[in-house]
Amino acid sequence: MSSVAQKKGFGSWLWDWLTTVDHKKIGILYLLGGGFFFVLGGIEAMIIRIQLAVPNSDLISAGLFNQIITMHGTTMIFLAAMPILFGFMNAIMPLQIGARDVAFPFLNSLGLWMFIFGGLFLNISWFMGQAPDAGWTSYASLAITSEGHGVDFYAIGLQIAGGGSLIAGINFLVTIINMRAPGMTYMRMPLFTWTTFIASAMILFAFPPLTIGLFFLTFDRMFGANFFDHAMGGNTIIWEHIFWIFGHPEVYILILPAFGIFSEIFSIFSRKRLFGYTSMVFATVLIGFLGFMVWAHHMFTVGLGPTANAIFAVATMAIAVPTGVKIFNWLLTMWGGSIKVTTPMLYAIGFIPSFVMGGVTGVMQGAAPLDYQLHDTYFIVAHFHYVIVGGTVLGILAATHLYWPKMFGTMLNETLGKVTFWFFFIGFHMTFLIQHWLGFWGMPRRVFTYMDGQGWNSANLISSVGAVFMAIGVIVLLYNIIMTSVKNVPVANDPWGDGRTLEWAIQSPPLYYNFTQTPLVRGLDSVWIEKQEGNESGITPAVPVQDIHMPHGSIIPIFMTLGMFIAGFGAMFREETSWGLPLLVFGLAWTFVCMAIRSLKDDLGYYVPKEEILEDMKRERGRK
Amino acid sequence: MDLNKKFTPETWPDNPETATFEAKNKFVGFWLFLGGETILFATLFATYLALKNKGPANLEFSTQELYELPLVFVMTMLLLTSSLTSVYAMYHLRNYNFKKMQLWLGITAFLGLGFLILEVYEFYHYVQLGFVYSNSAFSSAFYTLVGTHGFHVAIGLVWITLLIFRNAKRGLNLYNATKYYTFSLYWHFIDVVWVFIFTVVYLMGKVG
Repeated sequence: MSSVAQKKGFGSWLWDWLTTVDHKKIGILYLLGGGFFFVLGGIEAMIIRIQLAVPNSDLISAGLFNQIITMHGTTMIFLAAMPILFGFMNAIMPLQIGARDVAFPFLNSLGLWMFIFGGLFLNISWFMGQAPDAGWTSYASLAITSEGHGVDFYAIGLQIAGGGSLIAGINFLVTIINMRAPGMTYMRMPLFTWTTFIASAMILFAFPPLTIGLFFLTFDRMFGANFFDHAMGGNTIIWEHIFWIFGHPEVYILILPAFGIFSEIFSIFSRKRLFGYTSMVFATVLIGFLGFMVWAHHMFTVGLGPTANAIFAVATMAIAVPTGVKIFNWLLTMWGGSIKVTTPMLYAIGFIPSFVMGGVTGVMQGAAPLDYQLHDTYFIVAHFHYVIVGGTVLGILAATHLYWPKMFGTMLNETLGKVTFWFFFIGFHMTFLIQHWLGFWGMPRRVFTYMDGQGWNSANLISSVGAVFMAIGVIVLLYNIIMTSVKNVPVANDPWGDGRTLEWAIQSPPLYYNFTQTPLVRGLDSVWIEKQEGNESGITPAVPVQDIHMPHGSIIPIFMTLGMFIAGFGAMFREETSWGLPLLVFGLAWTFVCMAIRSLKDDLGYYVPKEEILEDMKRERGRK
Repeated sequence: MDLNKKFTPETWPDNPETATFEAKNKFVGFWLFLGGETILFATLFATYLALKNKGPANLEFSTQELYELPLVFVMTMLLLTSSLTSVYAMYHLRNYNFKKMQLWLGITAFLGLGFLILEVYEFYHYVQLGFVYSNSAFSSAFYTLVGTHGFHVAIGLVWITLLIFRNAKRGLNLYNATKYYTFSLYWHFIDVVWVFIFTVVYLMGKVG
């Protein structure tokens, strides 16, 4: 197979990537797409900080500022953080459970392309005159009166991308439920698999409300509905409830996989079994459950009444308990361990104080009376950047270094990795720590500028300088990635030397069918166990070498998504143009035809013959 | 999987819908999907309840005056019966009786179509009265909730029609057994949602 691949031209190489259903390639595509949007969202962040660096700045207009903060938040949450996490889940989770692919390879590809086309749809708004400008939460009273098509791009773009997330969530759930290798019981699953599992379950139950909320918004703006129009009997608070019933679980969907990644890192680089594995799993499940119980803490000042506020305040603070359990488990994993401070470990150690600070300010806001003071100030901005950047983004950067060799077969430069860390880490605290005080001093969030003489000048300047540090860190990382890819020095199965779970016992990057033989799992950290018992390969096979069933690639996902993309433009221009409605119908029909083709055409997959696998195994032995 | 493998009722597995590895995945995946759909409809129900009878100051429509229970009762009977006939179809699926399964699924689709036609008539009737989509918050919530359900019925009809014709000549195998089975799960789900719509929208609209 690999010898054939080398002779292919550019066209077939491209075709291979567009039609791929291989979870490892889809993981890489998620990483590329998410990385692109991460840089885009980062540029938007830089513009915000440059604008706010000095008082009375007129670099950009108030309207453009609104668009930029809206797109910064939306891009970072939906198009950067989630897809990049999906990338790691895709690339690593099936390897961790000893599977050959995810449960629904076709749907995996569909989810990827829905994310990419949804993201493109959202960002095309920049070229069509107006980007969304009602904030990333797009509160209805603002959103339904926003002029132009900005918010339409938000509603439809997120609808497409959100559908992709839901598909990915179901896919991961079924993969973990049905496709674990023999012996891989639930309580032997690596923590990253566990957090993927819980985050996917949260996606399953959190995204349908978003779907409905976005439909309401779409219908209100484009089809004359009155869900949020008070004059017609509508209620704008409904959007807030629906959005946060989705939105709060969403922040746990973002943080749990990062927790999983850090759990792997602490265990690998302390060369110790994860402390309190069982309580770790329990805490993850509990956070997932409580994550659905606290949405109204985003709405304390709406006026739900003291009883509702009190209940949600208590529920909110309760989440600190399982999170605290996790923090102590990580600390105790390091305790007495033989610690190796690599780049991923550096991120993990930096993560603990950063995230704890974000958590503590979270509990502060959970106290409803105090939240009345903090609401809509920079304190809130500081808080959620501490949990999302200090938790999720540090986790993503750590995973980038940790799993890069497994995904691409070559190692990122460690020195440059540490340089990235220090720039990013110092820049992050410099940018956001001071914003807590800005909040206390009364600076409201979402303002495009501020007057001189209110005591906010130097704090804002410090914050902006910090942002520059973070940008330098990211640029160093990009440089690192380019240099590493150019050199492309191949690495062994377990380049870190202390891998504990199944992904570290196979080639880097893995063969397209992952495992030559399905592994037998005999305990938690199975590769570690095998190696302790003298089995150098790290894997005990559960079955003899046999033919492997694999799915066919397919171009249908791209075309299916293209139909939604086209229909989105049709819906948007339905009223002002004559071609809008036909285009809407055409786009939807296109999608349904693609679905019908997928359904009617038998796709039974193919078998990798035993001989080819034996050949690969021989070559692998020769390499050693 | 070999599509040409011939089965007899004796060699046909007891649970053909989960007899292969891919089938097990589809089975679990579809159940999870229905879990997500439940939340989706729950959101629609909550919004409907919040916006029921809400409109501009001079709103002339209310649930009491608008809804006509006899029509909705007939629709309910059609859909409930179609759920029962799909159970018969699944009974024959398990017994490897392809012809009878197709027949019962045909009847299911026919009843579903009857439901859908009546629903279209109902909507048409309301629109004639002036109760259009943009009439009020109430009208938007009503049409969106009931319409989303109707859309699900329409999708189900297209789905089962395609399945019936696609497999008409080749009969049952372990590849399409799961497809039939997931359709029946979907159809039951639609039926359950309708039971809630009948209760929460129509009955509670009349007496609540």
